[in-house]
Amino acid sequence: MSTASTRMTGAQALIKALEMEQVDTIFGLPGGCILPAYDPLLESSIRHVLVRHEQGAGHMAEGYAHVTGRPGVAMVTSGPAATNLVTPLMDAYMDSIPMVGITGQVGTSAIGSDAFQECDTVGITRSCTKHNELVMTPDDIPLAVRQAFHLATTGRPGPVLLDLPKDVLQNEMTWHWPTDDEVSSALPGYRPTMKGHPRMIKEAAQMILAAERPVLYVGGGMLKARAAEILRELAEMTGINVVTTLMARGVFPDDHELCLGMPGMHGTIAATTAMQRADLLIALGARFDDRITGRLDSFAPDAKIIHVDIDPAEQGKVRRPDVPIVGDCRLVTEEIVQAIRDLTASGTEQADITAWKSRVSGWQEIFPLAYDEASPGAGLKPQYCLEELRAASNDDTILVSGVGQHQMWASLHWKFNQPYSWVNSGGLGTMGFSIPAAIGAKAGRPDATVWAVDGDGCFQMTAQELVTATVERIPVKVALLNNSYLGMVRQWQEMFYDERYSEVYLSTETPDYVKWAESMGCVGIRVESPEEVGPAIEQANSINDRSVVVEFRTDSEEKVFPMVPAGVSNDEVLVHPSQEQFRAQLG
Amino acid sequence: MTAFNPHGTSLNHGILSVLVQNRPGVLARVASLFARRGYNIFSLAVAPAEDETQSRITIVVDLESAPLEQMVKQLFKLVDVVKISELDPRRSIERELLLATVRADTGQRSEIVELVKIFEAKILAVGSDAVTVSLEGHPDKLDDFEELLDSYAIVEMQRTGRVALPKLDRAARLRAVNPNQKGKVS
Repeated sequence: MSTASTRMTGAQALIKALEMEQVDTIFGLPGGCILPAYDPLLESSIRHVLVRHEQGAGHMAEGYAHVTGRPGVAMVTSGPAATNLVTPLMDAYMDSIPMVGITGQVGTSAIGSDAFQECDTVGITRSCTKHNELVMTPDDIPLAVRQAFHLATTGRPGPVLLDLPKDVLQNEMTWHWPTDDEVSSALPGYRPTMKGHPRMIKEAAQMILAAERPVLYVGGGMLKARAAEILRELAEMTGINVVTTLMARGVFPDDHELCLGMPGMHGTIAATTAMQRADLLIALGARFDDRITGRLDSFAPDAKIIHVDIDPAEQGKVRRPDVPIVGDCRLVTEEIVQAIRDLTASGTEQADITAWKSRVSGWQEIFPLAYDEASPGAGLKPQYCLEELRAASNDDTILVSGVGQHQMWASLHWKFNQPYSWVNSGGLGTMGFSIPAAIGAKAGRPDATVWAVDGDGCFQMTAQELVTATVERIPVKVALLNNSYLGMVRQWQEMFYDERYSEVYLSTETPDYVKWAESMGCVGIRVESPEEVGPAIEQANSINDRSVVVEFRTDSEEKVFPMVPAGVSNDEVLVHPSQEQFRAQLG
Repeated sequence: MTAFNPHGTSLNHGILSVLVQNRPGVLARVASLFARRGYNIFSLAVAPAEDETQSRITIVVDLESAPLEQMVKQLFKLVDVVKISELDPRRSIERELLLATVRADTGQRSEIVELVKIFEAKILAVGSDAVTVSLEGHPDKLDDFEELLDSYAIVEMQRTGRVALPKLDRAARLRAVNPNQKGKVS
């Protein structure tokens, strides 16, 4: 461990500090300024995954963090490598993913001189990190690393970046591993609140018991807080229905009778409408995103709001809460459950919510997820492919999505019954997320089967990381829903731009995904008819020594329903055409 | 700092006294947060605080651009921010410094000297056709002075932006804002 007089280089201190933080995997790609850090890596216990593009390193770190709860680490060089890391940093910032980025920087004496591969990394990443720091002396490295991991994983998690000039890595320092107190006193303004305010907790409990039309509106913060168990307890003891946002899928089992699935722009009718008609929304680790609320002034007009979030700035940012509770979602939910118990023990009865729940289950029955059957000879229905894939998978399977129609179909049609079985880019909506994130997830959970579900637009952005997967022996499976279009954009152009298709057609012939997959060392399978779907999935699931790409040739005209058009009230949700006749039931 | 108000402030302004760790880039963090979230700054003054490891930033913000509560909470998310005090203008002492070079030929010079006397300003330099004056005081007073100077063709002018501290006798009213504990600005 730490002895006062151990001399070493900054680079050795960096790797040692990462080991002290129990990092087992780094995703990265070396280059000029970060070179010194790659030398001591040869003697380290840490596994390094050599990516093909720095963006891949960042998304792998995110995928790793999503499924393990531990911070993902990406290490790249200066300049273009640092700028390539910007997208994953922003993605992690939007979705509150704990991540530590390490970038090389030109030597301290060259900073500001427009040196080769120099860029103002801390300036560029200031607004896409929770915190960042340019470390100017090797003696500061251990504290900087400890701080970075502390900041990334506590409070509202997020990405932290350390920028390390080459000479800072090369020069010698005396090793010292900072204590908790040293870390804490170096951050005098950083004290995340963990426990809820007792008066607010009590008020929340009273409000929950008094509500006649309550809904638990559960967001990604509940996964970050590892609060699935206490959420289930709260839901079951009160019988209140649960909606899980795109970032929260899996935190409450889809198979549970109280689960209404995902709300919002492409949410289920039951989830979206229940929120609209509710008299109380219990928002747990959710942030009233515009994709949830639709037009804000008509969102859940009769609902009082209990808002639990660890980030005080989320309180009142979008919708003013009646009961704001700042704190850790797990601890606060536990406190609320206890307060409800205390109230019921002292004779307070819960309001009768049976009439409300039968309305909600009415919506579930009348408006199930719907899609038309494929017409013979036409493309496959993507929903069918996903349902078949789900039927052949178990609850432990991790599904990692890109961004677009396939993401919404995956979120809607997959049954998530386990927390941390769903990984996607929610806030930033980063196309190309799924392949590298799936590799990161598999690296973090080698025991689990990891399926990436991707679109052809997304796949072409980051598919080269399948080379990484092959060479590094991190086998993932890819369900490529190929409709030859930028499907979501196409859907908007069809519905809102009078079918004037502008720059959304990719190609039906190029690339040849099977050959591409094979050239990257994967098994490639093309599926064109419904009969082939099941066998192809079975074949893919039987291959575990390499990655598999299953290309499903899907119907380009298939659209995601339900849909709330942008800027419109959630009351005006577009249901699947076959359900239009039941519209009046939404009231 | 997207808004420019010729008189420095509007009626609808708030004053934040932000104690930050004195680290490289901290001012950039504060400024870029305001820019990114669309908050308007009327003025900003920064200097080391009583504890030399810390700096105090006095920010006069436009409350029409965003609620003060959100500004405070977002600011507090910056790791280098140690403490934020929201200063109520009625319970604080505010000061600002103005430097101005005004065109003044021999005929006008005495009028300007008169103005300087009335305002208890200072003449710092006199040239053949211009004078440079300074005035330190409450920003409202500087506004008035500036308006009157305006009729004499101001060649160049610089105001520092206000600095503020809570009034001593009402120190107890200083509203130390810690959104982490309260969930909202008290």
